[in-house]
Amino acid sequence: MNIKNPTENPSNVYAAHLSGKILLRNEIPFTETEIEMLLNQKFLNEIRGIEDSNFGYRCVRCGNQKRYLIGRIPTKTGKQIYCRNCIEMGRVSTFEPLYKWAGPELPLDRLKNPCAWEGQLTVHQKIASDKINEAMTNRTKLLTWAVCGAGKTEMLFRGLTDAISRGDRICLATPRADVVRELVPRFRKAFPEVSITALYGGSPDKDDGCQFVISTTHQLFRYERAFDVMIIDEADAFPFYADASLVYAAKKARKESSSLIFLTATPRKWIKLQSACGFLPTVFVPSRYHGHPLPVPTFPSCYSLKKSLQKDKLPPKINDWIAEKERNNRRFLLFVPSIEMAEQISKLTKYEYVHADDPDRIEKVECFRKGEITALITTTILERGVTFPSIDVAVIDAGHNVFDVAALVQIAGRAGRNAKDPYGDVSFFHQGKSDAMVGAVKMIEMMNNLAKERVK
Amino acid sequence: MNCLWCHDDIMPDITWLNFWNPFYEPGKICTTCKEGFPIIVDHVCPMCSRPSKNEEVCGDCQRWSNSEAFQGALERNVSVFSYTPIMKDMMAKWKYRGDYELIHMFSEDVRKKFKEAFGKSKATLVPIPLSSSREKERGFNQAKAIAMLLKRPIESVLTRVQDEKQSKKTRQERMEAENPFQLVKEVKGEIILIDDIYTTGMTLHWAAELLKKGGSTKIQSFTLIRS
Ligand SMILES: [Zn+2]
Ligand SMILES: [Zn+2]
Ligand SMILES: [Zn+2]
Repeated sequence: MNIKNPTENPSNVYAAHLSGKILLRNEIPFTETEIEMLLNQKFLNEIRGIEDSNFGYRCVRCGNQKRYLIGRIPTKTGKQIYCRNCIEMGRVSTFEPLYKWAGPELPLDRLKNPCAWEGQLTVHQKIASDKINEAMTNRTKLLTWAVCGAGKTEMLFRGLTDAISRGDRICLATPRADVVRELVPRFRKAFPEVSITALYGGSPDKDDGCQFVISTTHQLFRYERAFDVMIIDEADAFPFYADASLVYAAKKARKESSSLIFLTATPRKWIKLQSACGFLPTVFVPSRYHGHPLPVPTFPSCYSLKKSLQKDKLPPKINDWIAEKERNNRRFLLFVPSIEMAEQISKLTKYEYVHADDPDRIEKVECFRKGEITALITTTILERGVTFPSIDVAVIDAGHNVFDVAALVQIAGRAGRNAKDPYGDVSFFHQGKSDAMVGAVKMIEMMNNLAKERVK
Repeated sequence: MNCLWCHDDIMPDITWLNFWNPFYEPGKICTTCKEGFPIIVDHVCPMCSRPSKNEEVCGDCQRWSNSEAFQGALERNVSVFSYTPIMKDMMAKWKYRGDYELIHMFSEDVRKKFKEAFGKSKATLVPIPLSSSREKERGFNQAKAIAMLLKRPIESVLTRVQDEKQSKKTRQERMEAENPFQLVKEVKGEIILIDDIYTTGMTLHWAAELLKKGGSTKIQSFTLIRS
């Protein structure tokens, strides 16, 4: 916990849990008597969970207005309304109000020199790092477009150091729980004295007044005007990109005057457009931290894929690819378009597979990261954020429509992330080239060219 | 319209038959999801709807019939679905998360099964109650939600005096425990009790016994799930 002088100001104990949040009654970790007291003192306000307007009902926590996600419960006196969109986090309804902190804000420590990282930034990283610091200090927006493996995390350290010294409350949000789990230890190592919490569905951590929250975008529903610094990692990733209510949540969680930093390797159209029109200042980091270009995917054709799998066999080309990796002691990831195919190929190759709902997903990924297993078969869940040193990558049925340009660029970016081994092999096995495959290669080549130009 | 389970768009399946039927209300569920929910078709115990290969009365039902207290109280139970993992998931979302709307996925199947089992019976529907604190917390009573799909008069003549927590007790302990219900109003004639799930049958037998003492003649039950 990060409470300054609880005896001096007892409301800090409450502020630590409640400041900047919007919670259901049963999410407040205090007794009924304490809650009554806070309500009487006007430190806590009860607000409607569902708003009624001319345009229909709207959930105050997640902003949902979609009619099919607004539920009705018939009662003797009429009907009650509830939100189905965010119900997994506890039901918000016309009879279950929300509680918002209105008391004094939680004062945070202002640590001087909190950063323990002693590494060096490259020229490109330094430029981005300065821009990020400037945006955080001036409370402005910035899009950081950095290729996979550019070392985004390190580029944040300088800005975060100053933000922490100012006593800012910081949030880094990402759509994926995997990414939260991967980032937290890195930030804890870099900022050992700072209170950092990890929030995702089912996470053991709670936010009891931490200065730095690393969270899935979903968990942001519980915040309102909390953060001075908001960093959105993998800003273009599903589901953040697809779900308007997550955009709403990220906006709601920021203070009115706050900085907003987008980090991405593959900005989708909407961000690119804003950036091009000058609404969103952009800094571009075209080269990886080790200075080597991104590996460019090759497109081996594999028209026999469907037939072979029907006969419960691996196509010879893919078999050869795997055999070659095994001979050379290379570790690799095999990306597949569906869970069914993952399961089948796992049976055929004897390698483990993971997918989004796999209960052992965390352990399997950890095993692979530590080098305890040679290969892992995966659906698109491991396409971003998660880093493994020295690996090769193959995509099976790369022309499948689950693999869009952004996904393929991210997948290619899994390879060659280590300075000692900067050239990974990336093979897109396909049954007919897709536009997305061609687009991905174009994007990678463009970034590599830009990196070369900058160095000159 | 969107599927209540997967949120995908669904095209309502309108035919001339249901087009003219003002009471026709399709279940709000897509065909793919619908296939996942396990309807009980045949080969069940005629008294409690539990799967039974040769459709013989099961051991539990024989014990109910031999018990002095409950003999002849509940004539039979009819259930719509069996209790598979997807059904458990549904119950968790519906009852514990409180996503009331999910019941509308089953409106069609519930009505169909009820009609098959009870035809034009004039019986009164009596939903199994929750304790008032539990109902307040949940915002609804799940048994009543099922009864309401049937569009027939509902008589809430029972109240629950004890808490719902009984899962820790053994079967014997539960049979010997005190009846958790009270009868607010006596109902003569036929009754169909409505509940969400038939597990041991204890709850429904308690309710049936009480109604019988109150003068009801024929008591049956109808539940969404047989576990
Ligand atoms: Zn909501
Ligand atoms: Zn569906
Ligand atoms: Zn039986």
